[in-house]
Amino acid sequence: MRKYSVFAIAREAMRAHKGWDAQWISPEPRSAYDVIIIGAGGHGLGAAYYLAKQHGITNVAVIERGWLGGGNTGRNTTIIRSNYLYDESMDIYEHSLKLWEGLSQELNYNVMYSPRGVMMLSHNTHDQQSFKRHIHANRLYGIDNEWLTPEQAKAFCPPLDIAKTARYPINGAALQRRGGTARHDAVAWGYARAASDRGVHIIQNCEVTGIRRGPNGEVQGVETSKGFIGARKIGVSAAGHSSVVMEMAGVRVPLASNPLQALVSEPLKPIFPCVVMSNTVHAYISQSDKGELVIGAGTDQYNSYSQTGGLQIITHTLDAICELFPIFRRVKMMRQWGGITDNTPDRSPIQGVTPVPGLFVNCGWGTGGFKATPGSANLFAHLIATGAPHRLAAGLNLDRFRTGRLIDEAAAAAVAH
Amino acid sequence: MLLIHCPYCEEDRSELEFRWAGEAHIARPDAISEISDEEFAEYFFLRNNEKGLTYERWRHMHGCGRFFNAARDTVSDRFLMTYKAGLPKQPIPVAEERAAAAEEKTVETWEATEGDAR
Repeated sequence: MRKYSVFAIAREAMRAHKGWDAQWISPEPRSAYDVIIIGAGGHGLGAAYYLAKQHGITNVAVIERGWLGGGNTGRNTTIIRSNYLYDESMDIYEHSLKLWEGLSQELNYNVMYSPRGVMMLSHNTHDQQSFKRHIHANRLYGIDNEWLTPEQAKAFCPPLDIAKTARYPINGAALQRRGGTARHDAVAWGYARAASDRGVHIIQNCEVTGIRRGPNGEVQGVETSKGFIGARKIGVSAAGHSSVVMEMAGVRVPLASNPLQALVSEPLKPIFPCVVMSNTVHAYISQSDKGELVIGAGTDQYNSYSQTGGLQIITHTLDAICELFPIFRRVKMMRQWGGITDNTPDRSPIQGVTPVPGLFVNCGWGTGGFKATPGSANLFAHLIATGAPHRLAAGLNLDRFRTGRLIDEAAAAAVAH
Repeated sequence: MLLIHCPYCEEDRSELEFRWAGEAHIARPDAISEISDEEFAEYFFLRNNEKGLTYERWRHMHGCGRFFNAARDTVSDRFLMTYKAGLPKQPIPVAEERAAAAEEKTVETWEATEGDAR
C-alpha cells in the first residue's frame, strides 16, 4: 500500500494522477480462513483490521452481501459522542471516542473527524435533572460534559431560538466539546484499505445463506452464494440483519429491526457550527463539510426490513427543527433514506460469545452504532482473537437477558442514541 | 405511512391511529414463578424478528381502542390480513399470498437498483 501524503499528491499531480493504486483488492474467496466476519460495515471491517494489526491474525475474510459500507455505515448521521450514563456504556463509547481522535493518522486515511461539540437541548425540568445527572456521572468518570445556560447555548450555536415564547423553550443544554462528526464512508474505506493491506480478504456481493456446524455444535464455516467457505471462528456484525444471520446458527437474539430515517438539505454556506440534539422534541441536526444540513428522524414503530419509513416520522422531526431553528424554515430538503437498525430491549449493544462454540456476535447497536465504530471493532477483534470479552465490553454480553443485568440506557438516553 | 384494516371497525385507517404491539401469539407461561431463567428470557425478551412473513399485534389506539392481530410482510410492509384477538394463528389467504409474491420486493443491492436504472 502506498502511503497517502502531501508528497504523493504532488507526485501524482505531475503524472495526471495515473499512479494511484486500488484502495483494496477484491479477491475470490479461499476455501477456508482462520476467521470469517459477516458484514463489511465499519464494525466488521474495523474488527478485521484490528485482528490483523493487534492480534496477528491475517487469514481473515470479511463477507458482505452488498457492497462495503453500504448498509448503516453509509446511512447514518455521523454523530460521535460518549456522554452516556452507565459505566458499561461510558467504557465502550469513550474507548471509541479516544480511537476516533487518532483514527486518521492510524489508518493514513482522512476520516474527517471533527470534534465540533455535541449539544443536547434541555426543554423542561425533567430534561435538566436528567442531563445534570449525566454530566456528573460523566465527569466523575473522566469524560467531558458541561452544563450551559440558554444564553451560553445560543452563543455556542447562533441559529438556535432561545426566546421564552418559542414553541419549544430551552432552559439549558449539555455540551460535550469532544463530540462531533466524521465522514462515514471514509471510515469504511479507511478500514477496508488498511485491512486489505494486511492481507484481509474483503469479499463483496457474496451473500451468506447458512452457517455450517460440526458434530459438537461448533462452527465449521459458512454457506454463501459463492460456495462453502470454512472457518473455525465466525464473527457476526450484520446490523439490522443480525437476527437473520444468527438464526442460521440456531441462535435467537433479542433484537427488533426497525427502519430509521435521515435526510439532508440542499448545500448551504457554513452556518451551523456544531451538532444539536433534542431528545424531548426529537430532532438532531448538523452541517456536513459539503454544506448539507444532516437531519436525523426517528424509528418507525413496527419491525421492518424495508429500508424506508413513514413520512409522518420525518415531518415530525422537521416540525421540531423549524421551531428550534426558524432560520431553516425555507431550506429545501434534497434526499431522504432509511436504514434498518437492530434494537435490543435495553437499547444497549450486544457483543460477546454465543451458545455456539466459535460463533461471536456484535449487534444491537440500534440507532447509535456509528459513534462506536472504532471502539466496537477494536473490542470485537479482541473477543474473536482471545475467545473472551475485553474488560471494557464485558457487560455487553448476550447472557444479560437471562441474568437480568440489563444496561438500561433506553430510559437514560430517551430516543436519540 | 401504512394503511391498516381494523377487524373490529371494519375500516382501513391510517397508521397514525394505531400502535404496534409486538409479536403475536406469545402466551404468558402459566407457572411463571417456577420457570427457569432461560425460559423467562425466552418468553420476555426473545422475538422472531422475521424477515418476511410476521404475525404481530396492533392496537387501534385512536379508534376502537382494541388489540388485534395482523400478518405482514416485513420486507414490503404489505399487510396480508388482520384478524381479531383471541383467534389462533390464521393461514394466509391464497390470493393475498400470490399478490404479495408478485409484488416487487425492496431491492437493496447496487446492482439491482442502479444497474436496472441504467
